[in-house]
Amino acid sequence: MEIFEVIQPGAYTTVQDSGRFSYQQFGVPVCGVVDSFAYRVANTLVGNFQEQAVLEATIFGPTLKVLNQGFIAVTGGNLSPLLNNNPLPMWKSIAIHTDDMLQFKGVKSGCRAYIAVAGGIHVPLVMGSRSTYVAGKIGGINGRPLAAGDRLSKGEGAGKAGNRVPSDLIPIYSDDIEIRVILGPQDDYFSQGIDKFFASTFKVSTKADRMGYRLEGSPIMQRKAIEKSIISEPSVPGGIQVPPDGQPIILLVEQTVGGYTKIATVISSDIGKVGQAKPGDQIHFRQVEIDKAHQILKEEEEKIEVIKKSLSK
Amino acid sequence: MYDKPRFLLAGDRGLLVEFGASIDPEINQKVRQIFLSLEKMPINGVTETIPTYRSILIFYNPFLSDPERLKKEILDRENSLDKWEIPPPETIEIPVFYGDNFGPDLEFVAQHNNLTPEEVIQIHTSGTYLIYMLGFTPGFPFLGGLSEKIFTPRLENPRQLVPAGSVGIANNQTGIYPIDSPGGWQLIGRTPIKLYDPTGSPPILLKAGNYLRFTRISIKQFHEIANRYRD
Repeated sequence: MEIFEVIQPGAYTTVQDSGRFSYQQFGVPVCGVVDSFAYRVANTLVGNFQEQAVLEATIFGPTLKVLNQGFIAVTGGNLSPLLNNNPLPMWKSIAIHTDDMLQFKGVKSGCRAYIAVAGGIHVPLVMGSRSTYVAGKIGGINGRPLAAGDRLSKGEGAGKAGNRVPSDLIPIYSDDIEIRVILGPQDDYFSQGIDKFFASTFKVSTKADRMGYRLEGSPIMQRKAIEKSIISEPSVPGGIQVPPDGQPIILLVEQTVGGYTKIATVISSDIGKVGQAKPGDQIHFRQVEIDKAHQILKEEEEKIEVIKKSLSK
Repeated sequence: MYDKPRFLLAGDRGLLVEFGASIDPEINQKVRQIFLSLEKMPINGVTETIPTYRSILIFYNPFLSDPERLKKEILDRENSLDKWEIPPPETIEIPVFYGDNFGPDLEFVAQHNNLTPEEVIQIHTSGTYLIYMLGFTPGFPFLGGLSEKIFTPRLENPRQLVPAGSVGIANNQTGIYPIDSPGGWQLIGRTPIKLYDPTGSPPILLKAGNYLRFTRISIKQFHEIANRYRD
C-alpha cells in the first residue's frame, strides 16, 4: 500500500534496514542504518520487527505527503519534525492520515533521524537487504537517495498510536561527544601517538558521510621508520584509520577493505553516536577494554527490552 | 608466513587473523583454507568473514562467542587443515576485447614497455592471476601475477568515468572494473562478462583465492556475449 509521496527529498534520505550481511567477502559493504539504537526503537514503537526498513534522513529531512492512513515513529537526531505544521513528538508512535504533510524544519541536535512506518518501507530485497547502497546502485529506491516524485509503499502491519519511550531511555545527542574505543588492530604502529589520540579533541570535518567521518585535529603520528600504509586488509564499521597526514577517519558502514593503519575501533554501541555527529561537532575518544564493550552492548539490549515491555502494557 | 597466526582485535565484534606479513600466494592460500573451512563447518557465533591478502576478519556475535574462544577454534583448525578436504582453487576465464575504443591506453602501455600492442596482449593473456581479495567496489579483484614486462604507471589524470568491464593496468597490478566508476588505471581492453550483477545468481562472479586468465575475443564475440545478458 502506498504511504508517502516525496515532495522534497531532503539533503540525503535513503531507505535503510539492519544491513546486508554475508556479502562483505565480495566487496559489498554491510550498509544499513548508522544509528542502530534509534532505528530499532523506531521499529519497536510502530510494532515492526526490529529489522524492517525505515527512512534515514540526514541534517535536512524530507517533505512527505501521506497517501494512506498508518502509524509512524520518528527517532534519532532532532531535525525538527512537523506534522501539518505542528511539532511532531519524537520517540512516540503517531497516527497519520491521507493528505497529512510530514516535514522537517532543521537540525536541533544530532544528524540523522529515522522515520519508521508500521509495516515497514516496502522495496525489493537485493542480496537479502532493502538497504540503499548508492555506490553499488542497489537497494532502496533504484539504489539511490529519495527524489521528488518518488512514491513509497509500506508492508502489512497493524501498529497503534501512543506508544512512547520512557524519557530516561531517550539518548541525548550532544555536539561535544565522547566515543569509546578498543585499541587496535594496529595500535602497535603508534607510540606517543596513542597518548595524543586520547588527549586530543577532534572536529568533525565536512567530509563526513555513511562511508566515513574525516576528523580534524593535531596530527597523530606513527612511530618513525614504520610503513605508512599496510597491505590492504578487512575493515569494520567503527575502525579509525590514520592516513599519513595524521588526521583520523572513522569508518562507518560502506567500506569493506582498506590499506591505512587503524589505531583503534569504536565500540558497537557508540557507532550510532558517531553517526549523530555533524560537521563542526567535537569528538574525543576514551579507551575501554573488550569485556567492558560487551557489557555496554548487553546493557543496550536490556534497554530495548525495557522499552518493548513498557509498550505491551 | 608466521609460525603461528597473529590475532588482533577489530572492535567488539571482529577478530582479525593474520597469517603473514607479505603479499604471497602461499599465505593467501592459507587464508583461503581457513575461509573455506569456516564456510563448510561454521563456528558457533561467527556471522561473516572477509578474506584478504594475508588475513581474514571474523565477525562474531558477542552474545554467542568471544575472541578467546575463537582463537582456540582457529588454532585447532589451522593444525588440522588436511582433514577439511579443501577443494583446489578454480581458474575462471575472462574474455576480453583488447584495444580500440575499449582499450584506449593499449598503445601507451606498449610504448612505455618498448613492445607492440600485439605483444602486450600476448603477455597479458599468457598469465594466470591469483585473485587475492575482492573489495574497493563490489566484485573488484585485487590480482597478483602481472608480468613485469608490462608494468605501467597510473594515468596522471584519472578518468571521471571508467565503464564497467574495463580491464586495466596500474603499476604492478592488473584488474577489472566491475561497475562504472572514476579511475586512473591504463585501460587495455574490456570484458562483456558482468563481474557484478546484483540480481544475478551469484551476484558477484569472482571468489577470493581462485585464479583467473584473460582470453582474447573479437568484437563480434564481445557483442554476442553482451547480448546474452540482455535475453
